[in-house]
Amino acid sequence: MAFEIFTFSFMHRAIISGIAIAILCSVVGLFLVLRRYSLFGDAIAHSSFGGIALGLMAGIYPLWTAYGVSIISALIMTRIKDRFNISGDASIAVLLSSGIALGLVIIGLSGGFTLDIFSFLFGSILLVSVNDTILILSLTGIILIVILLLYRQLLYSTFNEEQAKVSGIPVEKINYLIVFMAGITVVTSIQLVGVLLISALFVIPNVTAIMYGKGFKQTVIISMSFSIFSVVAGILVSYIFDITPAGTIVLIAIGIFGCTIGIKSAGLLSRHN
Amino acid sequence: MLKVVEIDHLTIEYPDVKAIDDVSFTVNQGDFLGIIGPNGAGKSTLFASMLNLNTKYNGTIKFFGTDIRKSKNYLKEIGYVPQKPIFEKNFPATVNDVVKMGLQKESDENKVDEILQQLWIHELSERRIGELSGGQQQRVFIAKALVNNPKVLILDEPVTGIDQQSIDLFYSILKELNSKQNITIIWSSHDLDAVNKLANHVACLNRTLFFHGESDDFFENDELVKQYSEASMQEHMHHH
Repeated sequence: MAFEIFTFSFMHRAIISGIAIAILCSVVGLFLVLRRYSLFGDAIAHSSFGGIALGLMAGIYPLWTAYGVSIISALIMTRIKDRFNISGDASIAVLLSSGIALGLVIIGLSGGFTLDIFSFLFGSILLVSVNDTILILSLTGIILIVILLLYRQLLYSTFNEEQAKVSGIPVEKINYLIVFMAGITVVTSIQLVGVLLISALFVIPNVTAIMYGKGFKQTVIISMSFSIFSVVAGILVSYIFDITPAGTIVLIAIGIFGCTIGIKSAGLLSRHN
Repeated sequence: MLKVVEIDHLTIEYPDVKAIDDVSFTVNQGDFLGIIGPNGAGKSTLFASMLNLNTKYNGTIKFFGTDIRKSKNYLKEIGYVPQKPIFEKNFPATVNDVVKMGLQKESDENKVDEILQQLWIHELSERRIGELSGGQQQRVFIAKALVNNPKVLILDEPVTGIDQQSIDLFYSILKELNSKQNITIIWSSHDLDAVNKLANHVACLNRTLFFHGESDDFFENDELVKQYSEASMQEHMHHH
C-alpha cells in the first residue's frame, strides 16, 4: 500500500513540483533572511490573495492575476520604502494588509468564499496539473539561472550594501531583482503550501541551515536538502494519513529546526553556530 | 607625476552645517597620504563623496584625470576598507567567500589564495567571517580590497577597536603595499604617531583643510603639530 502511492501520476507531479518549489524557496529565501526581510515573503503572499480574488471574480486563471498583483505591489512598496524612508517591517505590514483587504472586498463583491479560495489559502499540491508542473519547473529553472549568473552581485549586496556600491555593483537594481524574484517564487509556491504558510518555506530551512553551514554555498545546499526532505516527506505522510500536506510539510521543517536547536544546545555544533 | 586624485573647491553642506568647506588638494601616484582631524572633522564625509556614495556636493572630484560625475569606471581601480564593516554576525560566508566578493572576474581565483597568503590569513580561509577577531576581520577586508590589484587604497580609520599587535601588523602591511607595490594610499587616522611613521604626505582636515603637504614639513613644524593637537583635544573634550 505504501509503495502504491508512487504509481499515481498526480503524486509524481506533486513530488516533482514540490522539489522544484523547495529548491526555489530556499535559495531566494536565504537572500531575504540575510537581509532581515524574512516576512517579506509573507507580505507578498498576502498581497497575492488580492490578486487571486481578482482573477476568480474576473474569470481569469487566478495565479496569473496573483503574479501581476503581487509583483507590481511588491515593487511599488519597495520604491515607496526607499523614497520615503519607511522601515522594512512597517512596509511589510502595509503590503500584507492591503492585499488581504483587497481580496476580502473583491470576494464580498463576488458573492462570498468559494472552495477555490480555500485551495489557494492552504495549498493544493496534489491537484497540480501537467501545465502547472511545466510552469513551476520553467520558473524555477529561469530563477536559478539568473541567480547563478548574478551570484556575486546578489551575495555582495546582501553582505554589505555600501561596500558593494563602492565596488561598482548596481545595488538598487539588484534589490529590485530580489523583490521581483521573491514575487515569482511566492506565487509559484502558493500551490504547494498556500498563502498562509509561504514564509515558513522561505525562512525555516534557511535559519536551520545557517546553524550548520560555514560558507554560503554550503549553507544553500544544506537549506535545499532540509527543504526538499520536508516537502517530499510532508507530501507522502499527509497522503498516507489523509491530513493536509501544507501543515505537515511545515511541521516537518519545524521539527528539523527544533532538532538543530537541541543539538546546538547540547554543544554538538562548533563555535560559530 | 601622475595625478591620482584632484579635489577642487569641494564643499558639502548639510541643512544646518558645512561638513566640508572649500577643500582642494591633489594626491599623486605612489603617495601615502594620512588625513588627520578630530571626530566630526568631515573625514568620512569626504571619503563618501570620493567613493560616489554621496553625490550631493559642490566642486569637482577627479580620479585619474576624469570627473567622477562623468564616469564610475575609476571605482574598479580602488580598494576601500571601511571604518567598521557592518554585516550580519551569523552571515554564512567564509573568509574565502568574503574576499571573492571583491573579485571583479571569477577567473582570477588564484589571486584569492595569493592575497590570503600575503596577509597571513590563508589558514583562516574556511572559517566563518563572524567568528574571527576584529584584527583578523580587518585583514580579511584589506584582502578583499586588494584582490583586484587596485591602484589606490582608501582606508577610513581602520584601527578602531583592534588590539595593538594587529595594528602593528596592519601598519607594516600598508607600508609594504605602498613601497613595494607602489599602491597609492589615502588613509584617515587619529593616530598622529602612526601617520608620522608611515605617511609621506599629510592633510589636516577640520571641515576646512588647514594643512596639506609633505609629512616632514608638518611634523617638523612644532607650531602646526601643537595647533592640530589642541584643536583635536578641544574637539575631543567637546565630544565628551
